[in-house]
Amino acid sequence: MTNQITINLDINGKTHALAVEPRVTLLDALREHLELTGTKKGCDQGQCGACTVHVDGRRVLSCLTLAVQAEGRSVTTIEGLSAPGADLHSVQSAFLEHDAFQCGYCTPGQIMSAVACIREGHAGSDEEIREYMSGNLCRCGAYPHIVEAVREAAKVMS
Amino acid sequence: MRDFSYLRANSFEEASSAAAMPATMLLAGGTTLIDLAKCGVTNPERLVDITHLDGFDAVTVDAEGASIGALAKMSRVAADPSILENFPAVSEALWQAASAQIRNMATIGGNLLQRTRCAYFRDPASFPACNKRVPGSGCSAMEGVNRGHAVLGTSQACIATYPGDLAAALVAFDAIVHLGGRKVAIDDFFLLPGATPHQEHAIQPGEMITAITIPASVAARHSTYLKVRDRQSYEFAAASAAVGIELEADRETIRDIRIGLGGVATKPWRARAVENALRGKVLEPDIVKSASRLAVEGAIAHGGNHYKIELAPRVVERAILKSGALA
Ligand SMILES: Cc1cc2nc3c(=O)[nH]c(=O)nc-3n(C[C@H](O)[C@H](O)[C@H](O)COP(=O)(O)OP(=O)(O)OC[C@H]3O[C@@H](n4cnc5c(N)ncnc54)[C@H](O)[C@@H]3O)c2cc1C
Ligand code: SF4
Ligand code: FES
Ligand code: FES
Repeated sequence: MTNQITINLDINGKTHALAVEPRVTLLDALREHLELTGTKKGCDQGQCGACTVHVDGRRVLSCLTLAVQAEGRSVTTIEGLSAPGADLHSVQSAFLEHDAFQCGYCTPGQIMSAVACIREGHAGSDEEIREYMSGNLCRCGAYPHIVEAVREAAKVMS
Repeated sequence: MRDFSYLRANSFEEASSAAAMPATMLLAGGTTLIDLAKCGVTNPERLVDITHLDGFDAVTVDAEGASIGALAKMSRVAADPSILENFPAVSEALWQAASAQIRNMATIGGNLLQRTRCAYFRDPASFPACNKRVPGSGCSAMEGVNRGHAVLGTSQACIATYPGDLAAALVAFDAIVHLGGRKVAIDDFFLLPGATPHQEHAIQPGEMITAITIPASVAARHSTYLKVRDRQSYEFAAASAAVGIELEADRETIRDIRIGLGGVATKPWRARAVENALRGKVLEPDIVKSASRLAVEGAIAHGGNHYKIELAPRVVERAILKSGALA
């Protein structure tokens, strides 16, 4: 291990100090260094959306973000969406209610993306939901139920 | 991905002097750079993060035109009300590119400098031959799977498509790339591959894109971006066209028309032959159809991409009629 740097990351409201090489992505920092494995690695190349997290409230891909780039910003992962023991976030509830997954691998990314999609005001119609959720692939093809869940969660959130 | 050192630039001067160092690359959104570093295509020793620089992300529009800071994010520019009103094709080209997540990360400067999606270019481990990566090594795409490759502006060395959407709109409206004090017209900023496909732009070591400006025009106000692709979203263009039209007072004669093409050429492509054929003519479907065929004058296919020679003129034709309805 050469070239390690120490960085402070604000994740789900808690500050974590970690020593990483500059090349470590935010995704690997979350999964391998902080044991926050809710964020998934699909393609590791920006093509699937499984690794979607929020940085300063905006959805981004953690596989193409260096951990060091997230310093000084606030990161929210699927683990931080609702407090442990508290009610689920309305998008999480909607995904359960509408059976919006099969294997579940894409789901954390879908949910993080959907929360942002609704907040951005891009869930006005099914067509708009499909366009603005297109960065999240689902290999199981649960798309019709995902669109339903986002549409219904948007009503609850507004 | 090989390791590198990381430097956060705090001033423009710091960024430019760091950028002049060997094996050093500027890091903006990272959506091209980190991806290609993982593929082993780029192996920087030092990354200079420019995203903390102040004052390079403003978007302003006045009577002269638009100025877009190099660090402005794609998502913000796409949604900017004055861009939407005065340069709709620019907004459409941006929101139809990549995904919402990538548009929140990616910057306008980085967007222009995105690299080709040629699968051989992106896979050095399996395909050593690629003139763009290793000058003189050959081209794996010529006789390979080249469905996505260019039919315009190609050379014997390289047929890689320039994949970006935004630049197709910018080339239509004569945008200018600002490199600190130096200004380069967008058409001159992007280079044809010729015998040197590894040289893609006019940018010199130590230079940084600071802003893009786009002159105001009536055609730009009445513009649209049409993108045709294999899937409806989150996909690069098979062929795309940015078109803007200004009509004479008679509401039917074309005074000014601008056409930029994406997905079919080795650089953002201005379809001047179509523009010249239509300026002064009546905007009428048959005239538009025959003029649109000139978009692929001199096109060369390499097997898999032959369909683009059929597709591009149809995309141009549809985009002209759509933009004409706005004019
Ligand atoms: C899965 C996927 C799908 C995509 N789909 C599309 C699409 O449909 N249409 C489309 O147009 N694009 C698409 N893209 C490309 C995307 O738009 C670009 O990756 C992005 O715009 C690059 O911007 P960035 O800020 O992330 O650049 P970076 O990756 O940070 O930088 C890219 C390059 O530019 C250099 N650089 C960055 N900023 C500057 C500057 N100011 N001055 C000088 N040099 C600079 C860097 O050194 C690097 O070489 C897609 C990308 C991915 C990963
Ligand atoms: S088309 Fe260009 S980028 Fe692709 S393999 Fe050939 S030389 Fe390389
Ligand atoms: S793992 Fe990040 S987009 Fe696929
Ligand atoms: S539920 Fe299996 S990939 Fe989406």
